[in-house]
Amino acid sequence: MTKILACTDGSLYATSVYEHAAWASQQMGDYPIHILHMLNPHHEEPLTSDFSGSIGFGARAALLEELVELEAANARIAQKRGKAILEDAEVKLKAAGATQYQLNQKHGKLSAEIDTYERDAALVVLGKRGNNANFETGHLGSNLERVIRSCQHPVLVASRVFKPIQSFVLAFDGGSSSLKAVDYLIQNPLLKGMCCYLLHVGGGNAGIEAALAEAKDKLEAAGYEVTIEQRDGEPEDVINKVVEDGQIDLLLMGAYGHSRIRQLIVGSTTSAMIRTVQIPVLLFR
Amino acid sequence: MAKSKYFQEWFSNPKRDIIAGTVVALALIPEAIAFSIIAGVDPKVGLYASFCIAVVIAFVGGRPGMISAATGAMAVLLVGLVRDHGLEYLLPATILTGILQIIAGSLKLGNLMRFVSRSVVTGFVNALAIIIFMAQLPQFKNQGLVMYGMVAAGLIIIYGLPRFTTAVPSPLVCIIVLTGVSIALGLEATLNTVGDMGSLPSTLPVFLLPDVPLNLETFQIILPYAISLAIVGLLESLMTSTIVDDFTDTDSNKNRECTGQGISNIVSGFFGGMAGCAMIGQSVINVQSGGRGRLSTFAAGIILLILIVVMGGLVSRIPMAALVAVMIMVSIGTFSWSSIKNLKVHHVTSSIVMIVTVLTTVLTHNLAKGVGAGVLLSALFFAYKVSRLLKIDSELEVSKKARTYSVRGQLFFVSANTFAEAFDFREVLETVTIDVSEAHFWDLSAINALDRVVLKFRREGTEVEIVGMNEASKTLVLQVGKYDKEGAELDAH
Repeated sequence: MTKILACTDGSLYATSVYEHAAWASQQMGDYPIHILHMLNPHHEEPLTSDFSGSIGFGARAALLEELVELEAANARIAQKRGKAILEDAEVKLKAAGATQYQLNQKHGKLSAEIDTYERDAALVVLGKRGNNANFETGHLGSNLERVIRSCQHPVLVASRVFKPIQSFVLAFDGGSSSLKAVDYLIQNPLLKGMCCYLLHVGGGNAGIEAALAEAKDKLEAAGYEVTIEQRDGEPEDVINKVVEDGQIDLLLMGAYGHSRIRQLIVGSTTSAMIRTVQIPVLLFR
Repeated sequence: MAKSKYFQEWFSNPKRDIIAGTVVALALIPEAIAFSIIAGVDPKVGLYASFCIAVVIAFVGGRPGMISAATGAMAVLLVGLVRDHGLEYLLPATILTGILQIIAGSLKLGNLMRFVSRSVVTGFVNALAIIIFMAQLPQFKNQGLVMYGMVAAGLIIIYGLPRFTTAVPSPLVCIIVLTGVSIALGLEATLNTVGDMGSLPSTLPVFLLPDVPLNLETFQIILPYAISLAIVGLLESLMTSTIVDDFTDTDSNKNRECTGQGISNIVSGFFGGMAGCAMIGQSVINVQSGGRGRLSTFAAGIILLILIVVMGGLVSRIPMAALVAVMIMVSIGTFSWSSIKNLKVHHVTSSIVMIVTVLTTVLTHNLAKGVGAGVLLSALFFAYKVSRLLKIDSELEVSKKARTYSVRGQLFFVSANTFAEAFDFREVLETVTIDVSEAHFWDLSAINALDRVVLKFRREGTEVEIVGMNEASKTLVLQVGKYDKEGAELDAH
């Protein structure tokens, strides 16, 4: 049974994640939703701050005891908080009109284990930012990139507030992930019947124009209202501009096409886009 | 996925890892120097080794957050080699140790750790602590009362300071204070300093090929040492990794750790260092200071080298008293004090295994032999305990012409005699039924005992019937048993 996997951490974006998930579920014909909340493993952040470097009688036993005690206390609080998050999720999902959902809590790190949970998911929904969203508005959620990188399925990155989605823009570069996006649109009822802007940034050539035309034909045949847009400039600026001008509600794009090493040097368009654009983003790998 | 996990093992905790690495590096310096002195080599050999091993194992090890460097367990094994054959043979022995460890890692011998029982592990760490402690005693020779005073003062600083603040490493404060006192009071003339123990590194380690003839004779000299070193290195590393696993509630890759230890020893050997392995005490310090990732081990190695190259001049003036105090702390911290209390609580066989491991190690100065003795003894105790699970009941039929023996439990070489002696051959019976449906025959001795019982009854004119033998036992009987074959005769043995 496929489903929509929505990952929450109870942050500011959580409500929006639930609402996006509920919307996607309704679009896809009452698809079941799986809300997943991860309790981060305690050992990620050492709790002791003892730099004395001295080890005395029974140092090993004492240290083990101390670590277990500290982590147990933290884990209990985390569990309580996690329970509250899931209860809140249930209320919000019901309010948004979702009928089929399951709530789940696991120990572990989302980025490390998402692949086991997303295996039978048709769509993954994440918040654009996680906890501490207010403190670092310029940054992405710490987990987001790692999670997106390990996902095989399309990822819907929710913006802060959910708005009904009527139109979307597909950033089209003729590459494999944009073709994948076109296929997804044809096969999947998620965005059926909406206005679609096929946007290509950069100078045109015969190849890309043919690809755009082909994509347009295919999408129109599948019932979309398609407009082709070709503009010059930096992808980031152009896409932002198109989004602002056109009253567009959702951005579709390929994600992290390049290696980490290249990204270290030239930076990642994907991360930059998710960061600056004010609407939800649907990513294809 | 694997790549991103490795990435996380490095960078999930960078700030604390670097702080912890610094604390560890400061504690590593006295240890590396002290262990060099135990092995009878210049302090720079241990320091280069600690740098190489820590840095390399950070990349190739299987247990993030564990600290490996030159260790006492390895140093005591090197004493004979260095004394009899010289430093030149230390380096090829280190390289060969690494090669053996890589082989062990690729044969997945790390899994053999399951045969090392809890009591042997406790014995190992206790023996290690005792060896480290005893190695400090020669430092007191001909040094007079001042030495005792200095060491006592050092210990007071090490254990007293953390009661007031845990923000600074107390062993470091101990070293600084004692060095200051020694210089200020002019004690350097009478008290030994690190500089008196041999040369310290003034440069980065350089790649060098061992200066020994590459022939069979060399190989024969270094092989026995390398085998002991490889075993002890892997044992201590795997034990330590289990300890760190417990601390951090995470898993480690034991076989990768074996191979990693091998690679780091080879590198150490080529850069003029001695063999090393994981360190229990340092790993505890690392976790205690918040180190969790590979970065902590890496930082420890790098900072160690920077400190030693930049401050080499000062390091040579550290009085040995300060080093001895730090090493006594390490010894105390390594020893499992609860094991003394547990002597009363634990089963007597566990305690015997632990004590035998300690005694064998302390007497031979070879942890491999200690662990070997411990493992052997625990296996014997286990065999004995299982053999006592054998229970044989019998019932005489009303006619008094037949008796049924029912055997329950495990039949193998230890319990075979008990089994054979449980039957009464003097009783005059027509038939004897031996019900073995709740027994299992494990080996030749068990089948042999059954043979003897059956044939003895036959000689008394009694018919013997065996019922309920399970499939595995039947197969064994078919292969080696005699009673069910024609013309069976009782074997001489």
